[in-house]
Amino acid sequence: MRPILMKGHERPLTFLRYNRDGDMLFSCAKDHTPTLWYADNGERHGTYRGHNGAVWCCDVSRDSSRLITGSADQTAKLWDVKTGTQLFSFKFSSPARSVDFSVGDKLAVITTDPFMARTSAIHVKRIADDPQDQDGESVLVLENPEGRKRINRAVWGPLNQTIVSGGEDAVLRIWDAETGKLLKETDKEVGHKQTITSLCKSADDSHFLTGSLDKTAKACLPFLLYLLFHNPPVLWDMRTLTLIKTYTSGVPVNAVSMSPLLDHVVIGGGQDASAVTTTDHRAGNFEAKFYDKILQEEIGGVKGHFGPINALAFNPDGRSFSSGGEDGYVRLHHFDSDYFNIKI
Amino acid sequence: MAELDIDTRAAKLGIDWSQVNLDSIQLPPGENFGIESDDEGVYHNDQLEFDTGFGNIIVVDNLPVVPKTKFEKLENVLKKIYSQLGVIKEKGLWMPVDSNTGMTLGYCFIEFNTPQEAQNAKEKTHGYKLDKSHIFAVNMFDDFDRLMNVKEEWEAPQTKPYVPGENLQKWLTDEKARDQLVTRSGPDTEVFWNDARQKNTELVHKRPYWTESYVQWSPLGTYLVTLHKQGAAVWGGADTFTRLMRYQHNMVKLVDFSPGEKYLVTYHSQEPSNPRDASKVEIKVFDVRTGRMMRDFKGSADEFSIGGPGGVAGASWPVFRWAGGKDDKYFAKLSKNTISVYETETFGLIDKKSIKVDNVVDICWSPTDSILSLFVPEQGGGNQPAKVALVQIPSKVELRQKNLFSVSDCKMYWQSSGEYLAVKVDRYTKTKKSTYSGFELFRIKERDIPIEVLELDNKNDKIIAFAWEPKGHRFAVIHGDQPRPDVSFYTMKTTQHGGRVTKLGTLKAKQANALFWSPTGKYIILAGLKNFNGQLEFFNVDELETMATTEHFMATDIEWDPTGRYVATAVTSVHEMENGFTIWSFNGKLLYRNLKDHFFQLAWRPRPPSFLSPEKEEEIAKNLKKYSKKYELEDQDVSLLLSEQDREKRKALKEEWEKWVKQWKSLHEEEKLARQSLRDGEISDEEEEEDEAKEVKEVEFEDVIEVTEEVVQE
Repeated sequence: MRPILMKGHERPLTFLRYNRDGDMLFSCAKDHTPTLWYADNGERHGTYRGHNGAVWCCDVSRDSSRLITGSADQTAKLWDVKTGTQLFSFKFSSPARSVDFSVGDKLAVITTDPFMARTSAIHVKRIADDPQDQDGESVLVLENPEGRKRINRAVWGPLNQTIVSGGEDAVLRIWDAETGKLLKETDKEVGHKQTITSLCKSADDSHFLTGSLDKTAKACLPFLLYLLFHNPPVLWDMRTLTLIKTYTSGVPVNAVSMSPLLDHVVIGGGQDASAVTTTDHRAGNFEAKFYDKILQEEIGGVKGHFGPINALAFNPDGRSFSSGGEDGYVRLHHFDSDYFNIKI
Repeated sequence: MAELDIDTRAAKLGIDWSQVNLDSIQLPPGENFGIESDDEGVYHNDQLEFDTGFGNIIVVDNLPVVPKTKFEKLENVLKKIYSQLGVIKEKGLWMPVDSNTGMTLGYCFIEFNTPQEAQNAKEKTHGYKLDKSHIFAVNMFDDFDRLMNVKEEWEAPQTKPYVPGENLQKWLTDEKARDQLVTRSGPDTEVFWNDARQKNTELVHKRPYWTESYVQWSPLGTYLVTLHKQGAAVWGGADTFTRLMRYQHNMVKLVDFSPGEKYLVTYHSQEPSNPRDASKVEIKVFDVRTGRMMRDFKGSADEFSIGGPGGVAGASWPVFRWAGGKDDKYFAKLSKNTISVYETETFGLIDKKSIKVDNVVDICWSPTDSILSLFVPEQGGGNQPAKVALVQIPSKVELRQKNLFSVSDCKMYWQSSGEYLAVKVDRYTKTKKSTYSGFELFRIKERDIPIEVLELDNKNDKIIAFAWEPKGHRFAVIHGDQPRPDVSFYTMKTTQHGGRVTKLGTLKAKQANALFWSPTGKYIILAGLKNFNGQLEFFNVDELETMATTEHFMATDIEWDPTGRYVATAVTSVHEMENGFTIWSFNGKLLYRNLKDHFFQLAWRPRPPSFLSPEKEEEIAKNLKKYSKKYELEDQDVSLLLSEQDREKRKALKEEWEKWVKQWKSLHEEEKLARQSLRDGEISDEEEEEDEAKEVKEVEFEDVIEVTEEVVQE
């Protein structure tokens, strides 16, 4: 089907997130307002006003009542999804790069960037049932987990026992969510060679996928299986942090996602945004590429963006996906029936 | 001085530090109280090295022995000779005198400013005839120790036992008749078999940091040469690449083989310290097999180029152009107003003389014979016409020449078997404001070398590329205006017209700017590199039809394998992304891709020419079906095996994956209760959702009913 072009942001997209029911799509961009869209027809539902900087990341609670956003204005904010009112603002002394709700939505992990004399940090905050009771106290703070290097993404492991993080130093780490102890980290030899830009869990938390600027994506296991996409994307096991699969893309990878329905992974990225104007439009490879998750073979690609793809998300029903680009557009793609019959 | 020292010293002298304003202290000019600044130390060190080294001193022997009265005169003569070659240091000339007789001893020492000048003076004046009985013998002072230590008695060199060499051409005996190619990417240099049947490469040899700049095959494929700081090395052998020989040449920059790969020419140039000087060039010619240096050439870059505006930075490579054929008999160098032709028996000039040709700007050897073509542009503002001439070597007889009028530039293209020479001539239009192009075609093998003039249908078309068909009689020209020029094919031989050049056809508006003929002729790739982003058109010239139009996006290099069966296209590291190479069949079918970051170079291993006679080759081509049967069967076996292997591999992958999934599922199941409690007892887990999903499917059935309604409406 023709993709639906959603033009609501004035700056490059940074993150996309569907709610659990798959009827709402949240988008974050470098302009200051996260936006809510109807995931079916791409109509804009509303915006969340209050941030004063680029919004890097968001997460929505299981019952779709709360939204948490992390922004370069050095805050992470909790919102009421329905009314768009700000419920609480967590203040940090450096930009908040990534946010993730735990299973049960009682905790959130927030990472902050290295800034001035500050090192990067991972914060765990308790999310109160009643927003009146919410406070800014941290349950756990991991200072300096990767030194001066930025952490690009941190997510909860199975049963909220662990936290998985990845960032500029190209190493994936698993932390104990109670004590903050480092449980495991990936071997530089095996894993990504350059900045890990994105990390995405499978629907059942068994594996995750990471993408990196080294032109591959990898899948790995520490819940059980983490898929890791790097600049090649890579697949990892979530509990043991074993590298399962590597997908090679030939271009830097900015975003990865896994189909909840079929054994497909999709990666997006492209040439560095600063070089786009100097080369042919096709040179950038601004394509969302689909791979067979098991066979690691490229299935196809979806073109359309005229800047690198920064964000990708599958609808939880696996029948549509959306991509957000440096060009400021969100493209919502509903799959044709052909897609479900692909045989390789 | 350590701070502590300063404090104690100050205390001794009764100075209170806190009272002293350091900034207000001024030292008398030139005084430093014995404290050297750091830079001064560096400066002194340099000086010291200079003063103690004897590298800039030469010893001149065989001078006349003269009494005191004539001492000054001789000194002046020497000063006159040597000050032309370099700056002699103050009091740098010292002629010892026998204190008893007052006579000089017949030698002197001269100290130059730099070792380079000394070296130069030594080379230039060794053997200089002052008069009949006094021929200078000049040596470097530093060499004296070595020369004194030569043993009086001659020792016979030991004969080394003969070790049978490896079969250097074993790669040609590959059972599957595959070809090799070398690639450089990142730090690695790798040699592969191109296994087109398996749609992949098979590694032969891989070595990180094999070369410090680039690698090159010898023209017949026997050797692979690598470049290093100390010199060049060649590699080869039966199974793996072992080092066969080294050629010492510090900081070698470029290398070139003679066509029969008997000799290796190495080149090194040094940027001058003074930007107005020409850079220094050193070229050595080695015998490839023995590693012996046969001759070396030194001089400023001017002596190795014609000094055109493009030639300022250094000489254009290759400086020495080798005569065609496998004998490697002659090589020629072009410099201002002269062509120097050397022969490899003595490594001296033929007849000990260069050929004087005023204002010659370009020379070109026939690829098969020792015929040199040369081009002289117009002189005297058009009074003297431009000239293209063919000169036979070694007799230096002019075989043919043609004068050309109002010419702005000429380019010479030899056909690979030396039968034809095409000269592209750019002429001024009457107004002299623009130029147009035409061709002069020489038929070398015919009597008296007839010349034919060819002009394009549209005389004003710019010529973008020209290429002869290897071993054939045809050529292709890209002409017209960018971005969509035309491509025309011509033949030198047709059944109807015999000896007339005839146009075969023109392809209009092609996105092409380069031509790549298959080494066997007949097929050509019209390629649009650079601005055209790697457009490729595989064209059959016999049938004048396109076999395939495709694209290797951003391709920078195209190279046919030596047999004309496969083509490699590559994106090298001039681009940041998509580095790597792609292998195509001759008719433009994509066989496989190989992506490698930081991809620098790709080169097929050349093959020596076939021993089959042209008649035999023709016969094989005629009865191709008979010969190809065997190979077709093999191909079929391989492809069956491949698909079988592929199936197995996929099956294994799927099974492995399912094993994992099962493991996760069971763990997931075990943790179900834990998850529920984390969610305050909410049961809804993925299992229930699946049921919901089924319900959703039922809703879709309603849609189907709607479709039937529409049918009713019809």
